[in-house]
Amino acid sequence: MLKIECPFCGNRNETEFSCGGEAHIARPLAENKITDLAFSEYLFMRDNPKGVFLERWCHTSGCRRWFNMARDTVSHEIIEIYAMGQKPKTAIGKKAFLSNWRRKSKAETASTPIKRTAK
Amino acid sequence: MKQKQPHRLPANSQCITREKTVQFTFDGKKYIGYEGDSLASALLANGVSLVGRSFKYHRPRGILSCGSEEPNALIRVIRASSAEPNLRATQIEIYDGLIAESQNRFPNLKLDFLSINSLFSSLFPAGFYYKTFMWPASLWMFYEKIIRRAAGLGKVSTTDKDTDRYEHKYAHCDVLVVGAGVAGLQAAYIAATSGARVIIADENRQFGGWLLTDNDFNINNKPALIWANNIINKLHLMPNVTCLVRTTIFANMDDNFIVMAERVTEHLSQPDAHLPKQRLWKLRTAKTILATGAIERPLTFSGNDLPGIMLAAAIRSYIHRYDVLPGTRAIIFTNNDDAYYTALAIHQAGGFIRCIVDLRDNPKSFIITQIRNLGIDIRFGHAVIAAHGVRHIASVNIAKYDSKAAQPISNIDHIDCNLLAMSGGLNPVVHLHSQRKGNLIWDERTACYRPENKSDDWVAIGAANGTFQLARILSEATKIATSIISKLAKNNQRLEMQQTPEMPVSDEAKQNWAPLPVWSIESAQSYISDKTAFVDFQNDSTVADIKLAVREGYHSVEHVKRYTTTGMATDQGKTSNINAIGILANTLNKSITQTGTTTFRLPYTPTSLGAIAGRGIGSLFDPIRTTRMHSWHHSNDAKFEHVGQWMRAWYYPREGESFQQTINREVHATRHYAGLLDASTLGKIDVKGPDAAEFLNRVYTNNFATLPIGKCRYGLMLKEDGMVFDDGVTTRLAEDHFYMTTTSGGAAGVLAWLEELLQTEWSDLNVYLTSVTEQWSVASLSGPNAKAILKASMSEDTDITDDFPFMTMKDSFIAGLPVRIFRISFTGEMSFELNVPARYGLALWSHLMRVGKSFNLTAYGTEAMHVLRAEKGFIIVGQETDGTVTPYDLDMSWIVSKKKADFIGKRALARASMNEPHRKQLVGLITKDPDMVIPEGAHAVIDPNKELPMAMLGHVTSSYYSPNLKHSIAMGLLKDGLNRKGQTVFFPMLDGQAPIEAKIVDPIFFDKQGDRLRG
Ligand SMILES: [Zn+2]
Repeated sequence: MLKIECPFCGNRNETEFSCGGEAHIARPLAENKITDLAFSEYLFMRDNPKGVFLERWCHTSGCRRWFNMARDTVSHEIIEIYAMGQKPKTAIGKKAFLSNWRRKSKAETASTPIKRTAK
Repeated sequence: MKQKQPHRLPANSQCITREKTVQFTFDGKKYIGYEGDSLASALLANGVSLVGRSFKYHRPRGILSCGSEEPNALIRVIRASSAEPNLRATQIEIYDGLIAESQNRFPNLKLDFLSINSLFSSLFPAGFYYKTFMWPASLWMFYEKIIRRAAGLGKVSTTDKDTDRYEHKYAHCDVLVVGAGVAGLQAAYIAATSGARVIIADENRQFGGWLLTDNDFNINNKPALIWANNIINKLHLMPNVTCLVRTTIFANMDDNFIVMAERVTEHLSQPDAHLPKQRLWKLRTAKTILATGAIERPLTFSGNDLPGIMLAAAIRSYIHRYDVLPGTRAIIFTNNDDAYYTALAIHQAGGFIRCIVDLRDNPKSFIITQIRNLGIDIRFGHAVIAAHGVRHIASVNIAKYDSKAAQPISNIDHIDCNLLAMSGGLNPVVHLHSQRKGNLIWDERTACYRPENKSDDWVAIGAANGTFQLARILSEATKIATSIISKLAKNNQRLEMQQTPEMPVSDEAKQNWAPLPVWSIESAQSYISDKTAFVDFQNDSTVADIKLAVREGYHSVEHVKRYTTTGMATDQGKTSNINAIGILANTLNKSITQTGTTTFRLPYTPTSLGAIAGRGIGSLFDPIRTTRMHSWHHSNDAKFEHVGQWMRAWYYPREGESFQQTINREVHATRHYAGLLDASTLGKIDVKGPDAAEFLNRVYTNNFATLPIGKCRYGLMLKEDGMVFDDGVTTRLAEDHFYMTTTSGGAAGVLAWLEELLQTEWSDLNVYLTSVTEQWSVASLSGPNAKAILKASMSEDTDITDDFPFMTMKDSFIAGLPVRIFRISFTGEMSFELNVPARYGLALWSHLMRVGKSFNLTAYGTEAMHVLRAEKGFIIVGQETDGTVTPYDLDMSWIVSKKKADFIGKRALARASMNEPHRKQLVGLITKDPDMVIPEGAHAVIDPNKELPMAMLGHVTSSYYSPNLKHSIAMGLLKDGLNRKGQTVFFPMLDGQAPIEAKIVDPIFFDKQGDRLRG
């Protein structure tokens, strides 16, 4: 059972937490029209890497706050814990973030209000 | 009562108390042993060597080992409180009145009908189960009856509850030492002197490990056991040390989370009533030292499973620990020096060594010389190629053995004996290391897998680390413990390392620890068969099975393990795994390293489910939530139903009333007079903040930004996939303040989801959510008389019943209680949902029932509520929906805003697949026979006379008898249902009942215009 350091409560047992799956999946805005295929990357596609994974956790049986975690899915090593809305700070975490396919996905591009360029 | 124990030696051991005799029963027969005896030692003392039948072939089996690795002697212990199967005789401590029985035999041990299995061993080859389950199906039908009788190990009571108490305990420490042998004791002592919090635990009834067996060595010029007892006494006196016996560390998990089972009272005849049977420890330690020792390997030869064939070191243990000599004419069969100490022990105990058969060609060591000087017959370069006997070993064949060609060469000798001590080398107990994915290294010199110590969390020392010599064990334990404490002391003021830890001095090593690995003894002799050369004793897998698996194409060690079931029994192959890997490697012509290993998983030994459950059973398994009106429901004979953790009043039967009669009465009363429902379980969330309206606008499909203060609105919530997630009425209390209600079962999920959105998606929104479900008690007053009752329940100056339109909210007082009233309806009648601070719930309810008496007010439960809402076609999320249903499927497009730029689920609803024809859509159903109620879940077809399998249209989600309409009503999700209104469908029934015919209609069955609820 992992020992997880909640940024608000400190070290606690894994059983107090729940894993919310992959982190950094940006929500496309409805105003930015994208295809069903591009939208499905947001709605359905989830990574399941062997190695470093950036994921979201919630201290469910504690302060109920969400945070991000970079974790090695093989060794179970927690590489870093960082706040919601932030990006990883460690070199390993940064690499995992930048090399992720989502950075180039249409769904992610559509997550910020983009004024459609006038024809 | 005086009874002979024919194999008991004169008193010598300090592990048993000869003054205290203990009477116990095995298979119905009474025996005598001594306090401190294990069941195994007591049975051996009494000359009982046959203790079980093997799993597949029902072969006679005896005691092989003296520890938790025992594969054969599985025993059921019967107590007044419970009976527990599959306990190892080697670990059971006898007590006065112990009742134990053997397993897997029918009708008894000596005569076992299923032992004919062993004559037909070709019926049970490797992969037997896979082959039988796979093809052809008829084979399975043939085998099923036999397998069902033969399968399964042990017998649990199917009727009696385990009334024993188990408890959980949580603990933290700096250093956990697993195993209290020489390595563990030295490491624990060094750690403890630094001030560290130390827990040292051992699965046996006393500390000392192999020093209890081998007392031929000196430490600090005194017998090693004197040194050990001194350390044990010191540890017991140190306040920072916890010493645990009978405690098995069975799980080593991430970040040094350790689980151990302490057997607290199992060894006692009359346990203290306040003590649990077992205590499960959940432990977080900074460092773990694995001093788990080693387990001896059997040798693999034809007939090696006969009772009377035992592990060599185990025999030495029975002699030295328990004063028991299991046999008088012994053969020693070994590939290493250690078994020579067993020869010495048997000789000194008065036994006769027929001969020592050593696979090695010309080994030299101190102990070999010592044995030779005793005049004992030693045959180097020889092997036991077969053992013979009926229910006990009687003789062996011995031959000169060419270990290079791996076969006997000549001069087969036949020697009688009644005991065979075998030793195939030692396996370090690496299980706890492997559980953490620790690597193993094959050590050629000692012919064993030892752990690769590279983790910072745990480290293996001593025999567990492949270090088998006393002097080296002591120096390793000292070095490792010192370095661990030095590391810990860097970040911890409490700890202080002594400059020079005491280093005990032991005798020089007398042993030449270099076993010659010979994984199986094979021979072309006609009376010798590899089908009786057992590798895994508990699962009855043989050398022949492994070879067959290889012939059939299984080469990976993991595949061979599963195909032959080697190592898959309750002992997890403690004695068999390495031999199996060796035989596989030989068969494949590979090295051990190339062949690889399987992974040990938790638990280390079988662990009682009772210990894992602890106190979390019965009413403590899951909390039960009741409302503040519960006592009223209870004293008015309500029947209850579980809704999530809630216990809700289901219906209130009067004397002589059936279920249906009660529901009909409650529904009728509510439609014609008035009904009162306890709605306190509704989920309630307080939503507050400057962005509250914007937030609700994003999570509901309809518009909440425009909702005026004091007004209520029904809302539908989707998940991002466009499927209905929850519904409820939300009321605006102030510009920045809303009161949201959710379904009773969905409340926690809705709160978690909304919190997730606020924290992870829209952290820019300034909104605060508070669950207030438990802060309010709610009584829902409904029916034509509702308004009159409400008026009558209030004093004149608090009466707010006039000018109180549908879907609005007012604050007032009822009988002095502050009440928040919502004019909303889930019954289709004029309704008032009366909310009071939770503690006034019962007062409000009782007051209303009193006032309502003259208005025919009737309490109704959840079942009547379901019927009332179904008459109106109101959905229940979770009943009409199942996570695959969109608002469009429910024919509720009116609630999906087309104006809002975005809301959760909006984009998903626009996906092509959501607008495909033939989606299942919600419709009403009216049966042709008005009294026939379609079972919920029944599937609809167009023509019930079509060939099977029929295409199904969909299924019924809700179905009731409507006492107001005097016919049954149902709702269902049918493919393309909205276009099918007016059509007839059928619901085929089981057991030859005629299909139920029904017409597809609109789901609103009653008061379509809604005049009644508006009033
Ligand atoms: Zn927390």
